[in-house]
Amino acid sequence: MLESNKDSAKLDAMKRIVGMIAKGKNASELFPAVVKNVASKNIEIKKLVYVYLVRYAEEQQDLALLSISTFQRALKDPNQLIRASALRVLSSIRVPIIVPIMMLAIKEASADLSPYVRKNAAHAIQKLYSLDPDQKEMLIEVIEKLLKDKSTLVAGSVVMAFEEVCPDRIDLIHKNYRKLCNLLVDVEEWGQVVIIHMLTRYARTQFVSPWKEDDGLEDNEKNFYESDDEQKEKTDQKKKPYTMDPDHRLLIRNTKPLLQSRNAAVVMAVAQLYWHISPKSEAGIISKSLVRLLRSNREVQYIVLQNIATMSIQRKGLFEPYLKSFYVRSTDPTMIKTLKLEILTNLANEANISTLLREFQTYVKSQDKQFAAATIQTIGRCATNISEVTDTCLNGLVCLLSNRDEIVVAESVVVIKKLLQMQPVQHGEIIKHMAKLLDSITVPVARASILWLIGENCERVPVIAPDVLRKMAKSFTNEDDLVKLQILNLAAKLYLTNSKQTKLLTQYILNLGKYDQNYDIRDRTRFIRQLIVPNEKSGALSKYAKKIFLAQKPAPLLESPFKDRDHFQLGTLSHTLNTKATGYLELSNWPEVAPDPSVRDVEVVELAKELIPAGKAKKENPAKKFYSESEEEEESSDSSSDSESESGSESGEEGDSSEDSSEDSSSEQDSESGSESKGENKRTAKRNSKIKEESDSEDGEKENEKSKTSNSSNAESSSIEESSSDSESESESESEIESESRKVTKEREKKTKQDRNPLAKDISLLDLDDFNPVSTPVALPTPALSPSLIADLEGLNLSTSSSVISVSTPVFVPMKTHVLLHRMSGKGLAAHYFFPRQPCIFGDKMVSVQITLNNTTDQKIANIHIGEKKLPIGMQIHVFNPIESLEPEGSITVSMGIDFCDSTQTASFQLCTKDDCFNVNIQPPVGELLLPVAMSEKDFKKEQACLSALHLLSKPRNANRNE
Amino acid sequence: MIHSLFLINSSGDIFLEKHWKSVVSRSVCDYFFEAQERATEAENVPPVIPTPHHYLLSVYRHKIFFVAVIQTEVPPLFVIEFLHRVVDTFQDYFGVCSEPVIKDNVVVVYEVLEEMLDNGFPLATESNILKELIKPPTILRTVVNTITGSTNVGDQLPTGQLSVVPWRRTGVKYTNNEAYFDVIEEIDAIIDKSGSTITAEIQGVIDSCVKLTGMPDLTLSFMNPRLLDDVSFHPCVRFKRWESERILSFIPPDGNFRLLSYHVSAQNLVAIPVYVKHNISFRDSSSLGRFEITVGPKQTMGKTIEGVIVTSQMPKGVLNMSLTPSQGTHTFDPVTKMLSWDVGKINPQKLPSLKGTVSLQAGASKPDENPTINLQFKIQQLAISGLKVNRLDMYGEKYKPFKGIKYMTKAGKFQVRT
Repeated sequence: MLESNKDSAKLDAMKRIVGMIAKGKNASELFPAVVKNVASKNIEIKKLVYVYLVRYAEEQQDLALLSISTFQRALKDPNQLIRASALRVLSSIRVPIIVPIMMLAIKEASADLSPYVRKNAAHAIQKLYSLDPDQKEMLIEVIEKLLKDKSTLVAGSVVMAFEEVCPDRIDLIHKNYRKLCNLLVDVEEWGQVVIIHMLTRYARTQFVSPWKEDDGLEDNEKNFYESDDEQKEKTDQKKKPYTMDPDHRLLIRNTKPLLQSRNAAVVMAVAQLYWHISPKSEAGIISKSLVRLLRSNREVQYIVLQNIATMSIQRKGLFEPYLKSFYVRSTDPTMIKTLKLEILTNLANEANISTLLREFQTYVKSQDKQFAAATIQTIGRCATNISEVTDTCLNGLVCLLSNRDEIVVAESVVVIKKLLQMQPVQHGEIIKHMAKLLDSITVPVARASILWLIGENCERVPVIAPDVLRKMAKSFTNEDDLVKLQILNLAAKLYLTNSKQTKLLTQYILNLGKYDQNYDIRDRTRFIRQLIVPNEKSGALSKYAKKIFLAQKPAPLLESPFKDRDHFQLGTLSHTLNTKATGYLELSNWPEVAPDPSVRDVEVVELAKELIPAGKAKKENPAKKFYSESEEEEESSDSSSDSESESGSESGEEGDSSEDSSEDSSSEQDSESGSESKGENKRTAKRNSKIKEESDSEDGEKENEKSKTSNSSNAESSSIEESSSDSESESESESEIESESRKVTKEREKKTKQDRNPLAKDISLLDLDDFNPVSTPVALPTPALSPSLIADLEGLNLSTSSSVISVSTPVFVPMKTHVLLHRMSGKGLAAHYFFPRQPCIFGDKMVSVQITLNNTTDQKIANIHIGEKKLPIGMQIHVFNPIESLEPEGSITVSMGIDFCDSTQTASFQLCTKDDCFNVNIQPPVGELLLPVAMSEKDFKKEQACLSALHLLSKPRNANRNE
Repeated sequence: MIHSLFLINSSGDIFLEKHWKSVVSRSVCDYFFEAQERATEAENVPPVIPTPHHYLLSVYRHKIFFVAVIQTEVPPLFVIEFLHRVVDTFQDYFGVCSEPVIKDNVVVVYEVLEEMLDNGFPLATESNILKELIKPPTILRTVVNTITGSTNVGDQLPTGQLSVVPWRRTGVKYTNNEAYFDVIEEIDAIIDKSGSTITAEIQGVIDSCVKLTGMPDLTLSFMNPRLLDDVSFHPCVRFKRWESERILSFIPPDGNFRLLSYHVSAQNLVAIPVYVKHNISFRDSSSLGRFEITVGPKQTMGKTIEGVIVTSQMPKGVLNMSLTPSQGTHTFDPVTKMLSWDVGKINPQKLPSLKGTVSLQAGASKPDENPTINLQFKIQQLAISGLKVNRLDMYGEKYKPFKGIKYMTKAGKFQVRT
């Protein structure tokens, strides 16, 4: 059929062949006929031929060469899909002769315009490397080139190639480190996993450990403390305490969103990254995400539980809040059950042990006997670890001795033995009880354990011990080897302590042992006989026989099997297997001294460099925005939220100062003329400038003139900047400085834009058409991210950047509620309100207010609505929809919007129910009227300077803050 | 990374193999069979099996083992997650993922696998993209293909692959523009003997079916986003927007997808909508035991509970059960000792119950543990956590889409210990 002229016949034939391949049948004799069709016009036939080729080319190398020319031609095809697939198949044909052709193709493809082809080139690198490792040097060159690639499509694949070909060439990463960190969010999920693992290794070689000192301390605060003596020693050359390298911080921050990924592998990768490289105080966030993964498939659960088990040994606190998530269900597969049990044991402490023991009791009764046995072991371990409950556990275990199931009893015996060994106190009763059990138990380990116990404590149970020995002597020949050995031991011990009663019995047993089939037992018999039975040849040793046999034995340690796994990187195959897998790359220890961080610097646009205060901020920021648009967009909200979090903590004082500003216009003049001297006014002035910010951007034309002024006042205002930032330093953090510098760059670009905007629209640096709509509406909360636009921007991927003073939303929202209506005065209806600090959905000038209504009566309250409003002029309220009825004890939260006209005037209105009306007031604190806006230091200064020119604040509401 | 893939059915036949690098002999699966034998039950087969030269990572779904062969160190979750993705893709393509279906569509399966991995590294795993590359088989297309000889392989590079919105293809057109969101919550709970709750959690997902023309940009906001404690998103959701505003903003993939899965914070008390009264006793002396279960509604917020199914794994000593349900049907499989009772709707006036006797193996001692009861149920039009979608807005396109939202509460892993 393959010879047929008709495509459909050929296709049919190819489908059958593929079917054969899939079933594992050999179809290699058809090779010549199939290869001919490689040039077929029909895409599906072509694809199937490719499938065939890749499968059999290795076996039929000569014939496979026939097809090469087709691929070479296809490599030049204008269609990127065809180029890519040609490269894919060409590199998949494992024929050593074509190595040079492949090399050439890869080199060409790595410079291809299409990122898809470049991605395939990255894959081809690995294939070529596995075919011919001699090409390594050349391939590294290609990898180096591809690592510089800025497309998210390529990043994952090339890092994979890097890991495969030259994982030790860490120097190739330096220049691309920041880029990779920033691209990470946008890379496809599989690439993310690979990159995160690689960056973990990288970070361990390049940064100093964040763990060494006081873990509890928030490390970004550390900047601001005077160095401790200890720390001084460690970071000697720096003469200051540990500061996290900004790049280190960058990695940790950029991976955080990925914890929310739907892909379990990504979540696990981020978790291990946090575990291995983040400061201990920050690793806490991973536990929630890992626990979430437990809802997933059985296999995912298995791996995740293993990793949690390892983590929970070292740091109990991490998973303690999730204790109940590890409770076992009867439907879990056994391996999951045992792992959960393991984790529960690790998490057990004085506080939760009683709950856990109750839970264990249920498990012991499980139908899954293997699991029940594991539970008993677990109880034993808990008992040894937590001394308070040892007795309770022991009693519980003794109760289990009367269990009907033999496995359970046997396991209990073994565990009790271990427990008793640890507690040399009197437990005669238990031992007697166990001695009785010997009649019924058949499991060898348990029998052996009982015998050992009796032997060990034979002086405490003088009556029954000989009796037990007598019984055992009777059944000696039928016992398991393990038991026989213990019988011999028991006999010896009894002989030494109570030779009168047991002499004959011992002799008898020793005789039996002498002719046993097992050489171990014969050996032991001989040894014991020589040692204890006095005869003329007996050496000096027999004098010490008693000491030898009845010495105090050290108690065994009950340890977790996951104890030693932590030397493997979490989330790796090696960790799962607890052996080193092929190709496992050791995670190096932290370096004592950080290698030069400047190797990661990239010389791109260094515009904003001179503005960065104190040289701490990251120099690569200007470059960042050229990489990925969506990243950039996220960054901006990130950075502004950073600054916001700070503002939350100091909102009190800020509120004051801004209040001043709105009333006190004279301070504005001050700020211009004498700002370097008056400390108080500096703050006010600063604030004012921020407030003015919005009005500024509205009349953007004026901006240009003003910016000159601002530049001139730059020097002095920067000093203000620093002094004021010092004064607020409590919550200031390093990341903030970073974010600040990012803002710097952003604003810098904004300025460029604003400078050029009126002049020429077609300047190539930025696509202005894209910008215009974005940059104007500073105050509009939602449309700031006009979605279609973002889609466009995302498409542009590389070269665009936006420069909006972006309105951001706060990370920190105080949960403080204010009383709107007290339940006493509201006849049982209570109302509280609080400001969620979110953009109001009812209108952009409105402040959103959430009102929680509670019904404290025992009747329904019907028809709650807002009645008459008494508002100052200009104020508006968007009311909530009437609530039909509120159940007794019920509560409901509604949101409404109030336009306070940027004043702190009170909004009064009536809150009505079916029967009553109550007058209520909302008076907003100033802080709640402000809209957080991110802006750079530079821009801020500019605004500040501009303030002097304007005497009227058109809209003081939209203030923003920087430091 | 992934060297080869073997598909093994429950009777231990390898019915499909695919290699991405040089061929690995089938004999490597012998190690797998060994482990399978040792494990007795399919779900106890360890997911990771080391062999002298390879590592076998497997997942078990739809009664098929998907065994991946790897040679070097790789994050195991990477492989496992990928295998699950393969299964999901098959399901998406063929409706069901079973041995006969895979055998029938072996060519499509092969083509799909070829696209999903290159040299063992995942290439295209988004089903939207795959469907553009290789069209899923439909009856109509099969007929057309046989007549015209055309193919089900796309000849264009899917545009999504290159854009930054890799999950959506361009040029989507619908006459009816619709977006449906199903908020489905599952209650995982363990209830102890006396009826008190040991653990209870709510896990929810929002499954969406979006059929919108062009490149719509949607935002979905909740009335009470604070409820959501831990969330994971489809890659299309803009994380920072969520972080700052608690709003889901996304360009949706075309068709069905899971937008969000979430966990409701543990501080909130979980309302348990049903209770089970049980009285199961085995007596030592006789070979008969008593068995009685009643199911009733508890906190249902006025909704009816539907689709109630009670299953219970009886102890090995149970020979047979003679039971009479007041409603629904019940079956007892004497081989697997699995009791299942399909109750249907619960009528609060007349509570469904199942009564009868249990006959035990003569001579055997009574089982020392009562069986646990697993419960399934459904409540329509209710999200038990109280989560409510506030509004859905669309930007970027002109038309007005039809929007629909549905709430549902289901039992997840709901167990009652007796």
